Amino acid sequence: MTDSAEQGGETPSRRRTRTGLLFALIPVAAFVVIGVFLFRGLSLDPSEIYSVLIDKPAPAFDLAPLPGKEHGLATSDLTQPVQLVNVFASWCVACRVEHPLLMELKRNGTVPIYGLNYKDQPQAALNWLRNFGDPYDRIGSDLNGRVGIDFGVYGVPETFIVNGEGIIVRKITGPITPQILQKELLPLIAEMQK
Amino acid sequence: MSRSALATLIGAALLILSLPAFAIFTEKPLADPEQEARAQHLMREFRCLVCQNQAISESHADLAGDMRAIVRERIAAGDDNDAVRQYFIDRYGDWVLLDPPLNRKTILLWAGGGVILLVGAGLIFIRMRRSTRSGALGQTALSEAEKAELERLMREQG
Repeated sequence: MTDSAEQGGETPSRRRTRTGLLFALIPVAAFVVIGVFLFRGLSLDPSEIYSVLIDKPAPAFDLAPLPGKEHGLATSDLTQPVQLVNVFASWCVACRVEHPLLMELKRNGTVPIYGLNYKDQPQAALNWLRNFGDPYDRIGSDLNGRVGIDFGVYGVPETFIVNGEGIIVRKITGPITPQILQKELLPLIAEMQK
Repeated sequence: MSRSALATLIGAALLILSLPAFAIFTEKPLADPEQEARAQHLMREFRCLVCQNQAISESHADLAGDMRAIVRERIAAGDDNDAVRQYFIDRYGDWVLLDPPLNRKTILLWAGGGVILLVGAGLIFIRMRRSTRSGALGQTALSEAEKAELERLMREQG
């Protein structure tokens, strides 16, 4: 409280009312702050773990192809301005859900899709691709899942968007939905391909 | 069947049913018992990413099994405990540790409660000191206008 304020003819009782008001505002302010955090929490999925690999280079790996396929997948293959690295497996039910969307991206030639076949039996993976279609330009066979762990994978499917410098730009945990595709993925790909 | 034989049978059945609670994993321990003890200790520190509130030492998730194998591998390769922790932090973030470390991102988590307590105590302290300094409630001097009003009322009564 400054002297000039008191010289302005302010009585102590009036000053007390004003500090009282200030004290009364503290619970209101605390309520607002807590409210904002809780409201934000409503739209967060607690089971989704933020990836520490965002804005970092993709881990170094070099995986053999599935038997009979021509191309495996290695870090040195991530050279396009934008590419998807999709972690999938034939045993993964949710992978079936996003599979038609990947096929659509393949048909439209939107973006190269590279597959990381995570802890799968190669023959089962090949059958799966034969039955439902193969949207992948390259597939690396991650038999023991170590490359998946290097990517911080914990729930298949997961999709990493990698830029021309081999940096992971974004990660989608769980199946790509039409909504994620339209609202996030396609705009991001278009932006990166500019 | 006698009563005691029945009791023994029920007891044995209950013991067998409770076996899954001991979570025995058929994994090959490290040859060096000291290294294995370190590995076991570390496994209790890491979160199973799939089941999230279980340590990998007690999780049956496939990923937890892979992580246990990596812990043993790293230790066999000569990593110290911090290096093993860093291996998982590099891939899954601080969240992989069940006990969150103290750093820039978690400072609010660790200090938040104490800070709020101190601020609250400080506010109460200031308030109490102010009210003792200005005396009991209502004992402040009357303003000129209040004095005049009091004078007028007293005269009316008189």
